[in-house]
Amino acid sequence: MKIHEYQAKAILARYGVPTPRGEVAFKKDEARAVAERLGTPVVVVKAQIHAGGRGKGGGIKLARSSEQAGELASQILGMKLVTPQTGPEGRIVRRLLIEEGLDIKREIYMSVLVDRTTACPVFMASAAGGMEIEEVAREHPEAILRETINPVVGLQPYQARKLAFGLDLAPEVVSAAVPFMQALYRAFVETDASLVEINPCVVTGDARLIALDAKMTFDDNALYRHKDICELRDLDEEDPLEVEASKYGLNYIKLDGTVGCMVNGAGLAMSTMDIIKLAGGNPANFLDVGGGASAEQVKNAFKILISDKNVRGAFINIFGGILRCDVLATGVVDAARELDIKVPIVVRMEGTNVAEGQRILRESGLNFTIANEMKDGAEKVVRLAGGAR
Amino acid sequence: MSILVNENTNVIVQGFTGREGTFHATQMIEYGTRVVGGVTPGKGDTKHLDKPVFNTVADAVRETSADASVIFVPPAYAADAILEATDAGLPLVVCITEGIPTLDMVRVATAMRDKPTRLIGPNCPGIISPGKCKIGIMPGSIHKPGHVGVVSRSGTLTYEAVDQLTRLGIGQSTCIGIGGDPIIGTTFLDAIKLFNDDPDTHAIVMIGEIGGNAEETAAEFIKANVKKPVVGFVAGQTAPPGRRMGHAGAIISGGKGTAKEKYAAMAAAGIHTVQSPAEIGTTLQSVL
Repeated sequence: MKIHEYQAKAILARYGVPTPRGEVAFKKDEARAVAERLGTPVVVVKAQIHAGGRGKGGGIKLARSSEQAGELASQILGMKLVTPQTGPEGRIVRRLLIEEGLDIKREIYMSVLVDRTTACPVFMASAAGGMEIEEVAREHPEAILRETINPVVGLQPYQARKLAFGLDLAPEVVSAAVPFMQALYRAFVETDASLVEINPCVVTGDARLIALDAKMTFDDNALYRHKDICELRDLDEEDPLEVEASKYGLNYIKLDGTVGCMVNGAGLAMSTMDIIKLAGGNPANFLDVGGGASAEQVKNAFKILISDKNVRGAFINIFGGILRCDVLATGVVDAARELDIKVPIVVRMEGTNVAEGQRILRESGLNFTIANEMKDGAEKVVRLAGGAR
Repeated sequence: MSILVNENTNVIVQGFTGREGTFHATQMIEYGTRVVGGVTPGKGDTKHLDKPVFNTVADAVRETSADASVIFVPPAYAADAILEATDAGLPLVVCITEGIPTLDMVRVATAMRDKPTRLIGPNCPGIISPGKCKIGIMPGSIHKPGHVGVVSRSGTLTYEAVDQLTRLGIGQSTCIGIGGDPIIGTTFLDAIKLFNDDPDTHAIVMIGEIGGNAEETAAEFIKANVKKPVVGFVAGQTAPPGRRMGHAGAIISGGKGTAKEKYAAMAAAGIHTVQSPAEIGTTLQSVL
C-alpha cells in the first residue's frame, strides 16, 4: 500500500527522523494559512499524489509570501499532474503539503528495503541525491553504498558510520546521520514497510540532516496488524475498479487492452495475459480469483471484469484444483444473467468436475464459446473481440 | 527415484483440524501419502481423520516417525509454525500458507540459517513425487510417475504444465512449487541442483515469473553444471512495471526482474525457452 509524502513524514517524525516543518492543505485558504504559520521567507507548495517526478510535472513550486502560496495552491489543486511515473493520463491533485523552505547545501539518497537474495533488509545510500536511483544504478552502480542488516540486531551504529563516511559527510553531520539512519530502519521494521526512501535527504547550511522528501510503501500482507496505517489509504489515488475488486479480496489490475480475462492463480493469470498478446490481442486486466473461490466471488470478479468499458471480449481460463469447474460455471452463468452481457465470452476449463462445469455452461442458454485449451481459447477470444487494437 | 519426498516419507499436518488442513490432509491420505498425525494446539490426545493429534510439533515428532511437515495455518501464525517445525528437527517443512508478512519471513530465514531443516514455500502448492507421495494442494490426478522434474513459482500454472506433460504421456519424477513470495525457503537453484543429482530425473521444466533474479541465478548454474535438457518459461511478459501481479514476489521494480531479462539469461544458459504457456509440454517432448 502506498501513502502520501506528508503522511510518510508524519510517521517518520514519530521515530525521530527530522523533517521540514509543514502541514497538509486541501484548499487555497488553508495553504495560505499554513504558509503564514510557518513564517519563513520561502515556503514550498508540493502536490501530493502517489507518484514521483512531481517537480518535473510542475507539481512543486516555491512561494515567497503566504499570498503567493495561496495563489500557487489554487493553481495546483485540481490540476491534472502528469509526471514520468503517472503515465499520460496523469493524476488529479487534491492535497498539498506546504513546507518551510530550507537552506540546502547537499542532497543525498537513502532507502531501506528487503533484499530478496540475502533475505535481509538492506540500507542503501548514495551521494547522488535528487536523482532517480534506478538511473544511478544503471549509470554509476559503484555510487550506491549498501549495508545488509541482520534483522536480529538491526542497523548497527558502525554500519551507519560506514555509510555516512562513504557519503563523504562532514564529521558533525556523520554524528547526526547515525541516529537518522537508525530511526529510518526502526520505522521500516515497526511499520512493516516494504520501502522507505528519502530522496533527497538534505544537509542544510547549519549542518542539519533533514528528510526533504519521503516515500513509504507497506507490505499488504502485514496490514492486518497496522490498523492506523490502513486508515491512510487514499482511494482517490487508485483505479475505481481496483478499489471495487479489493472489497471482495480479488487481485485485479486494470490494463489498457480490450480482452478481459479471469483466471485462478497468479502465475496462470499472468501467462493468460501473455498468451492473449501472442494471439494478437491485448489484455484488459490481470484478474486472479484465487484458489478456493466461491460462486459468489466468481460472480463479483466477472462483474468487475465486464464493467471495464474497453473490454470487447472476455476469456475465462480456469485450471480447477481446489476451485471446482462446476462452481466456476455457476458463478459465471449467474453473473452473465444478471448483467445482460453483450461481449463474447470464451471459457476454457480443465481439472476437477470439468464435465459438470461444461454442462452448466451449455445448458444455460447463454452464448458461451467453449475452448479446448489455452491457446485455442486465446485465439478464439481475440478473434471475437475484433483482433488486435 | 525422486527428490525430497517418496513412498517412505511420513508427514504431519500443522493446522490439522482446521478447514484447509482437514480438506487437504484427506486428499493427501487418499493419494496414498503416509500422513502419520497432525498438530493443533489444545487438541492433543484426540484423533482426527483417524490419526493422532498433538499439541506441539515436538510431541508429534517424538510419538510418530514423522520426517516432514505441511503447514496450513493462517498467515499471522505461519512464521511461528515454520520455526516450531524447524526447532523440532524435521528435515522437510512445506508451508502452503499465502499472505505471510515479508518481515516475518526475514526473521524466519535468519533463524533457519545453519539449521538442517529444508523449507519449501511459503505461498506454494507443495511437492509431489507422483505415485509415491503428495504433500500439498495440487490435484493428484493430473500427475503421472516418470522422469521429468518440474520446478515452479506458481500453483495453477504448474498444474497446467504438468497436465500438458501427462497428456503427452510424459511422467514426472517430482514436481515442486517453490512459492510466489519474495522470500522463500527452497529456490530454483536448490531445486535444480537436486534434480541434476537425481539419476531418475532426465529432464527439467523450470517455470519462472517476473520479479527478483532467482531465475538468472539458476540459469548460471545450469550453464556451468547441468547436462540434462531444461525447458524454461517465464510468466508476466505483458505485466506492467511497479505492480504486484497477485504473487507478493511478482513485481518488476526499478526496471529489474522483467521476463525479457529472465528469458535472455535462460537462453544464454542453453535452456530451451518457451514463449507460449500452451507449448511447455510439446517443447519438453521435443528435447527428450
